[in-house]
Amino acid sequence: MSTLQEIPWLDKAAADENAKAIRQARTVRNRYNLLRISWLLPLLINRWPQFVIRAMTLAGFVFTITAGLIGTRVGSHNFAIIFVWIAWWTALKLSFIPFGGRSWCSICPIPLPGDWLQQGGILTKGRGLGLNLHWPKRLKGSWLQSGAFLLIGLFSAVTLTDPRVTGWVFVALFGLSIGLSLVFERRAFCSHICPIGGFTGIYAQTAPIELRVIDTEICAKHDDKSCYRGCPWGLYPVAFRDSATCGLCMECLRACPQDNLALNLRPFGADIGKPRTAKRLDEAFLTLVMLGSVLAFTSVFVGPWGWLKSAAYAIGSLRWVGYALGFLALNLIVLPGLFSLAVWAGQKYTGKKFPLNREIANQAQALLPLGLMAWIAFTVSFALPKWGYVVAVINDPLGWGWNLLGAGNILWSPDVSGFSPVLQVILLLIGLFWSANVARRLADSDYRRTVPIQVFCLAFTLGMLWLLIG
Amino acid sequence: MRKEWFARIFVILLLAAAISIPVAGWWKRSQGIVIHARMAETGGWTPENLTVQVGQPLHLRLTSDDVTHSFAIGQSDQPPVDVIPGEMTDVTLVFDRPGKYTFYCTRWCSVNHWRMRGTIEVTGPTTTTEAVAPPLYVTLGLDIDAKHQAEFVPAETPSALRGALLHQVIPPAYQSREYYLIHTPVELWKALGGEPALQKLYDQDVWDLVAWVWQANTTSQELQLGKQLYAANCAACHGEQSGGNGVFADQLAQPKSKNPTGMQAGDMPVKPANFTDPNTMLSASPAHLQGKIIRGGMGTSMPYWGPIFTEKQTWALIAYLWTFQIEMEKLP
Repeated sequence: MSTLQEIPWLDKAAADENAKAIRQARTVRNRYNLLRISWLLPLLINRWPQFVIRAMTLAGFVFTITAGLIGTRVGSHNFAIIFVWIAWWTALKLSFIPFGGRSWCSICPIPLPGDWLQQGGILTKGRGLGLNLHWPKRLKGSWLQSGAFLLIGLFSAVTLTDPRVTGWVFVALFGLSIGLSLVFERRAFCSHICPIGGFTGIYAQTAPIELRVIDTEICAKHDDKSCYRGCPWGLYPVAFRDSATCGLCMECLRACPQDNLALNLRPFGADIGKPRTAKRLDEAFLTLVMLGSVLAFTSVFVGPWGWLKSAAYAIGSLRWVGYALGFLALNLIVLPGLFSLAVWAGQKYTGKKFPLNREIANQAQALLPLGLMAWIAFTVSFALPKWGYVVAVINDPLGWGWNLLGAGNILWSPDVSGFSPVLQVILLLIGLFWSANVARRLADSDYRRTVPIQVFCLAFTLGMLWLLIG
Repeated sequence: MRKEWFARIFVILLLAAAISIPVAGWWKRSQGIVIHARMAETGGWTPENLTVQVGQPLHLRLTSDDVTHSFAIGQSDQPPVDVIPGEMTDVTLVFDRPGKYTFYCTRWCSVNHWRMRGTIEVTGPTTTTEAVAPPLYVTLGLDIDAKHQAEFVPAETPSALRGALLHQVIPPAYQSREYYLIHTPVELWKALGGEPALQKLYDQDVWDLVAWVWQANTTSQELQLGKQLYAANCAACHGEQSGGNGVFADQLAQPKSKNPTGMQAGDMPVKPANFTDPNTMLSASPAHLQGKIIRGGMGTSMPYWGPIFTEKQTWALIAYLWTFQIEMEKLP
């Protein structure tokens, strides 16, 4: 984590030991600063391009809520279901996250009204509203995000298909985000609650983009810390070790008087594969929750079990309680248990280097590529064949027989039955080998230590393959 | 600060559009009347009687509470729309003439499917109603409920093609539309047989001449239309091959056969009419068939189709019914 509160050396930023650590970031090779592209810098520095996009996503979000609440209850004909869960979700999983990390966060509409109220203006800062309390220390980390994601998972079958429920879930997220902005400082909702932000953050560590300080010496001499004061998330760029928290909003770029920030293109997975100094069990847990959720979602939505699907839909019934207990057991007990066992077994063979907790937190990094690729493969399984619905709901967003594009009832569905399984196998295998590689680097190429982790990854991959391809 | 205000107005305008577009559509829709469709046994259309003024659009929102139904307006060109469970189907109707219109289901939703009917009363600025000419069976005083049997039937199906190839001259009196409408095939057969010029012909040859005359009173387009109407509206009971054995025929017959005491003197058989039976068909005139179709009844479950079919459609259907007795193909 890179929040200011956790950087005790900030007051004497040039303290030797930490300055050394900061400088290491500079010496990392394989980076290309995108801001060297002459036309890109003004586009990012100027607030208007981002503002216009944000205003449009905000309008789209409000339209989605309205469509969900008053449009047709038939999910496949409602903008709220198709556009969000097919179009946006696919874009998020197939493009925003794998290539842009938290780039969606930079245009996400949900925190905007809260932001604007908090700072008392859209483009300028005025007399803001709100109490600006510190976020409670014991609620820090991604535990709440994991919880929020599990909560959505329990009701996913209905949330993903019933426009009214999707509408109300969005109203709740919107209200929560605005409410938290008025009580707590900065982006409390994004940093600690948003279930999308949670997994976007952990997977952003694999993405080929990062925002970093170029020369930490310059920052050390800069007393004002205008980047920190300008950051809506309350982050201090000098402290970035990974890209999990930075929402790529570019406010630090606008605030820095020295142009000391770089938007780097970097190799995939650049943040992972190094032992961590902080033990972040919350991130490890979120990583495992993402694995458990993708297994559960694939079983419910793609798997061959009709009873499971109907149990997931029958919210409140005894069958659903069974599904919910199974879902929670998988995420809270089975996967964390198996993974801890794998880490423990690895340690047992090769001797302890760190306490088990820290080792679990470290080794969980290896599960990030696996989970990312599994989510992409899962998304491919339902998104590609349904893409035709997106055109249909733009043509008739509320399912009321409108014909905005003049497209009539054309339902163009690409036939991906032959191509989709091949793609899924390739994606899952990339995830498996990538994860194996990260695990190996984490274990300093001590193969015996990685074997249990590799078995865990292989079992997960086989499970996904079985569910997706059969 | 000017930029800030511009940004705020921009956001407000976009949000207003995002909310007002769906809400305006919703408001417009809410002006419509919601009509629930159920199988006739459980209520049919609710509401089933509507009133509207001439020229005023009537917004209907149709939904089904059980199976897929279909909504159509009798005697109009409005194409039928499906009424699907759990969905709202919007229909906007504008009537340009006053009168009482019937809306009905065109899906075979249950054995009492045809009872799914409702009315739309269209009132005009003037209260004068158009005088409608009574149908032929009324002006002729035909008793369409009476049993009728053909005195003579052909040995084989009369053929218009064979009739044409006999190269006989048929007196013009028998060739008029008026004659066709009010005479039975048997009557024409007897009349032609009595003509001196035709007396040398065999009985079957005369039947073929009857077929030729009958065929001259229709067109292939009319037969095509009749065929479509038959398949959509009649085949459920009368059978696709018209043998009186449609998918609902047995269910129609059941109640009375189970309860024979319910039968009353003069009751007609409750089985749907069999159009392949020459005894009943050849002893009926087009006017007679028209009466049966538009009035229905006859002690059977035959619905009344008067408010549903236009006159053109009724005659087309009758022309098609003759094809079960007469081979209508033309000279090559």
